[in-house]
Amino acid sequence: MSKIDKLLEVKNLRISVEDTEILQGINLSIGEGEVHAIMGPNGSGKSTLANVIAGRPGYSVTSGDIVYKGKSLLEVDPEIRARAGIFLAFQYPVELPGVRTWQFLKSAIDAIRKDNGKDQLSVREFDQLLEEKRNLVEMDPDLVKRSVNEGFSGGEKKRNEILQLALLDPSLALLDETDSGLDIDALRIVSHGVNIFKSPQKSVLIVTHYQRILDYITPDYVHVLVDGQIVRSGDSKLALELEEKGYEWVRKSDGEKVNS
Amino acid sequence: MQDTSIFADQYEEDFQGLCATLPDWSSEFRNEAMLAFKQIGLPVNRKGNEKWKYTNARPIAEPQYSLAKFEEVDLDAIKRTAPWHESWVNVVFVNGQYQGTFTSNTSSSIQVSNIASDDLSQDIVNSVGGIVDYSDDGFAAWNSAFMSDGSIIAVPDGDNGGTVINLIFFNQGSTGTVNHPRVLVKSGKNSNVNVIENYVGGGEHRTLTNSVSEIYVGESSTVNHYRLMSETDHTYDVGYGRVKIDTEGRFNSRVFFRGCGIGRYDLNVLVDGENASCDLQGLYFTSGNQHMDNFINIDHSKPNCQSNLFYKGILDGSSRAVFGGTVLVRKEAQKTDSIQSDKNLILSPNAEVDSKPALFIYADDVKCAHGATAGNIDADTVFYMRSRGVDLETASRLIIYGFAGEVIDKVEIEELRSYLEEAFLTSLPNHRFEF
Repeated sequence: MSKIDKLLEVKNLRISVEDTEILQGINLSIGEGEVHAIMGPNGSGKSTLANVIAGRPGYSVTSGDIVYKGKSLLEVDPEIRARAGIFLAFQYPVELPGVRTWQFLKSAIDAIRKDNGKDQLSVREFDQLLEEKRNLVEMDPDLVKRSVNEGFSGGEKKRNEILQLALLDPSLALLDETDSGLDIDALRIVSHGVNIFKSPQKSVLIVTHYQRILDYITPDYVHVLVDGQIVRSGDSKLALELEEKGYEWVRKSDGEKVNS
Repeated sequence: MQDTSIFADQYEEDFQGLCATLPDWSSEFRNEAMLAFKQIGLPVNRKGNEKWKYTNARPIAEPQYSLAKFEEVDLDAIKRTAPWHESWVNVVFVNGQYQGTFTSNTSSSIQVSNIASDDLSQDIVNSVGGIVDYSDDGFAAWNSAFMSDGSIIAVPDGDNGGTVINLIFFNQGSTGTVNHPRVLVKSGKNSNVNVIENYVGGGEHRTLTNSVSEIYVGESSTVNHYRLMSETDHTYDVGYGRVKIDTEGRFNSRVFFRGCGIGRYDLNVLVDGENASCDLQGLYFTSGNQHMDNFINIDHSKPNCQSNLFYKGILDGSSRAVFGGTVLVRKEAQKTDSIQSDKNLILSPNAEVDSKPALFIYADDVKCAHGATAGNIDADTVFYMRSRGVDLETASRLIIYGFAGEVIDKVEIEELRSYLEEAFLTSLPNHRFEF
């Protein structure tokens, strides 16, 4: 562990949905400015981890803790987590029929700024900011006038997630399979957005099945999650090794756990 | 079975009194309607009556009503309850009787006359009642026998300036009164007109507004028809709309229901010329113990036509809504393209909707779809919004406003759209979805 002050610490976290244990004792520390990738096969629990950090309801924490900026998140509502700087880019962004993108994003940024003691942006200031971020993700200007994600293609929805990341400017970005369903151009744009975001004060957790996105966003740490446990951690080379050898290589049944 | 004719019989004396005061052209028409009313009565027997399956007409039918009397109302009071713009042709009725026409628009050649007038053209006289079918139910017959005031809107060929005619039926009748507004719209070839029918007012008194609107959409013309219902929990409102669209005509209907005790709007559109189309959209918000029944029929009888039926409901309290949407595609109506949907957002466990979209297709080369949804908001939607820092109250408001906005946003008359945003959206409840 390189830093003492961690932005996020997941401590022996056990999560169940109904009677099934999905995460079986996760330990993970993310420091400021670090990029972590969680890789794992389908059903390994990697999306659950990202969603639980963001506060999605429906999961029960049976033991352990999630500590963010020194405070436990377990009893904290998702909107409060968001205002404290946690952002989840959804694997399946939700369509909000009739809710205009402009209105939604203005409401979000107003709420976050208010909670952080900042003045509300004027319409003009917000429009300028939105325009700047929209250009960053090369999103069609018509889309921000429409209902949130309604009728958007898969790629447009993911770009809209990154637009929101750029606009809301959190401390910790959780990217839940943001690369899935993206063509190369969209992947490049999305990755560019994330790379612009990351800085010595900003941290990123990328949840992905494939190594592909890590060609564009270089992680400092890679963790492999299988059957609800982190079975291996390493640097970015681990992702390449995994791509080459497949998940079978690190399955628990191998009996070998390596922690870097 | 109860003898339904009693409903008509008790109005015989009023009928004779009224006939003496109204123009001659209508007497034969009225007598026929009265006869039909006596035969049919009002639809209080619901058994086997598909048209009134989900709405109990008995509370509406049972009181013996007296005819509402005119009482002049200050225009400022009217403007507070209904949309109004100086450039529109604003026609005010109080308790079903004509008060006056108020407008700064003198350029339009559209004729707005009163149905009580005795110098109507033969063409107009022949059109009154032309598409009303008394066998449907007694309410339309009752109106036809008793209509004493209302608007006739005749749009000349080629008048396509998009004039807005704003009819305000302001109700401040005393307890136990009925009024029977009547509207007739006839659009000439290649013309374009906007007609807003407002049913507003109400108050503490139990009253019935029993309206009939007939709309003839002429060849290659467009009629945009708006119907706003915003009375109080004490009032009953039964509306009967009949529309006939000629070749290449276009009929757009926007129905906004904001409240009355029991409301019913029976809208029947006959798509009766090739390449004609109709787009019927509605938004109803019911609360408390309100009941609203939208009963809609689209009848495709000619080939190459389109219809869109799109209704949305927001239900709160112990209210009840009914959506009965039927699209009939007759054998001759090949290449019909028809879609219908009814979506409901239910905010309270005690609110209930009966949504029955139906399709009857007798042609073999058509494209038709229908669907209905009713429900609460799913947890994913709310979590998505909260994960952006938006709290539950704001998220709920954005969702409800957004739901209603889908219909309001499509209102093309800007002043009316702003009015609806104000009047409708601000009356929506401060609901909080719980998860």
